[in-house]
Amino acid sequence: MCGIVGLFLKNSELEPKLGALIGEMLIKMSDRGPDSAGLALYSRPTRFNMKLTLRFENLSSVKEMESILCKELKDKFSLKFRGSHVVLQFLIADYELVLTLLSELKSAPRILSKGNAIEIFKEVGSSVDFVNQFKVNNFNGTHGIGHTRMATESLVTLMGAHPFSTGSDQCLVHNGSLSNHNSVRRNLIRRGIQFETDNDSEVAASYLSDKISSGMTLEVALNSSLDDLDGFFSFVVGTKEGFAVLRDRIACKPAVLAETDDYVAFGSEYRALTDLPNINEAIVWEPEPATVYFWKHNHENF
Amino acid sequence: MKIFDLEKHSLREINQSLQTSEITEGKKIYEIRNPKGSHAVAVGLKAKINVNIHGSTGYYCGGMNQKAKIHVFGSVGPGVGENMMSGDIIIEGDASQYAGATGHGGVLLIKGNASSRCGISMKGNDIVVLGNIGHMAGFMAQSGNLVVLGNAGEGLGDSIYEANIFVRGKVSNLGADCIEKDMRKEHLVTLKRLLKKSNCSVKPQEFRRFGSARTLYNFEIDNVNLY
Repeated sequence: MCGIVGLFLKNSELEPKLGALIGEMLIKMSDRGPDSAGLALYSRPTRFNMKLTLRFENLSSVKEMESILCKELKDKFSLKFRGSHVVLQFLIADYELVLTLLSELKSAPRILSKGNAIEIFKEVGSSVDFVNQFKVNNFNGTHGIGHTRMATESLVTLMGAHPFSTGSDQCLVHNGSLSNHNSVRRNLIRRGIQFETDNDSEVAASYLSDKISSGMTLEVALNSSLDDLDGFFSFVVGTKEGFAVLRDRIACKPAVLAETDDYVAFGSEYRALTDLPNINEAIVWEPEPATVYFWKHNHENF
Repeated sequence: MKIFDLEKHSLREINQSLQTSEITEGKKIYEIRNPKGSHAVAVGLKAKINVNIHGSTGYYCGGMNQKAKIHVFGSVGPGVGENMMSGDIIIEGDASQYAGATGHGGVLLIKGNASSRCGISMKGNDIVVLGNIGHMAGFMAQSGNLVVLGNAGEGLGDSIYEANIFVRGKVSNLGADCIEKDMRKEHLVTLKRLLKKSNCSVKPQEFRRFGSARTLYNFEIDNVNLY
């Protein structure tokens, strides 16, 4: 089953409330996916123009990392704990150096996201616990997408949880199941792409990242996925500027969109949207099958 | 009038109250507030009562309905009136997928649009949609009438049996074995009845009728090489 949500703020006054609003949407979708929960949250860039969301198996490695970074980068980085994850911010010029330093740690962390706007948090367990553990309510940002998982195609592990990020500031959440993910994965592996899980949604994310890195726009990449990916899907794809929505041609996986002057919201069900501000005045509709929808920020900062 | 509030009462409490025999038929009006997209609101009703739901509901609103008149002042999620046997369900807003699926009787009136698979496998109920309907409507529909004042999406009436589909607007394309058929007198009578019941002033003559070409009813030996 799975539940997916997305919230794109048009009114910047709502940005301090992004976490609280999307956290509530995610909790509403908990019974569609009790196995794991995750959010990709986007915020305006700070003086550091690169950030990584890291997950350490062993928190003592965080101390080790911190002392090494102090030595190598001096004050040109910041570290912030959120739940079981660590957000590391630094200057993009130091990116290669940071990757090398991380790989040399005794217990190297998993990198869940990279980019200058995105942070990804995900854990096994219910979305209520997730929202509390990660203090989602105090997140200030521009847009976000989230997922509650009912596992079908791979194990219930952190790495099987959504969102999947396979490109800088890109991520994907998926409701449905792909039937040809093994053959698509084999083709992508032949093209040199590495996979971390057996999950079908990771294949969809990698497929789109591969198309984008070979020069396609997100819209064209999504349209080509209609021919290349076999199975059922509602996708929400996050980028630095906004998010895109696509349903397969059969469109049996549910999806509802709502738009007001202040925001655009996506939910697997209307239930996810009922506590958003002025939802009663929103235009509410179901996205058409095989049609790409996209909302983008035009702020100066982006 | 009895008022239920889904912020105060549990769904089970409300549905059990509506399903129990102590309800006085025809006299009381039951109001349900704050549905906020809840699933299975007012399902399995068996008495001739009036239930007004204020707000939008989730999956399977009014499912298995018998005799009751359920009026939703909002939109409904997937499977509204699924397997309804009799009674009336009126939706002021839009309906999601497979509205009125597998229904045996009664009338489902949707004043907005209905999305995909509206009236899939319907078995004798009537569905009237004042707006448009999505793809694969009337798939394998066996009997009953699907009336659409607006347009119909792709694959209309795919593998249809003996249900009638009436469309006033455009049809994107027809599904397998579905064809346009003559509008005979009895069809105009049926349409007139359903339009009147739905308070619609449009004329039955403005519709086209679609139904089964009946070529899938029996196995064609000439097709054996296709399998």
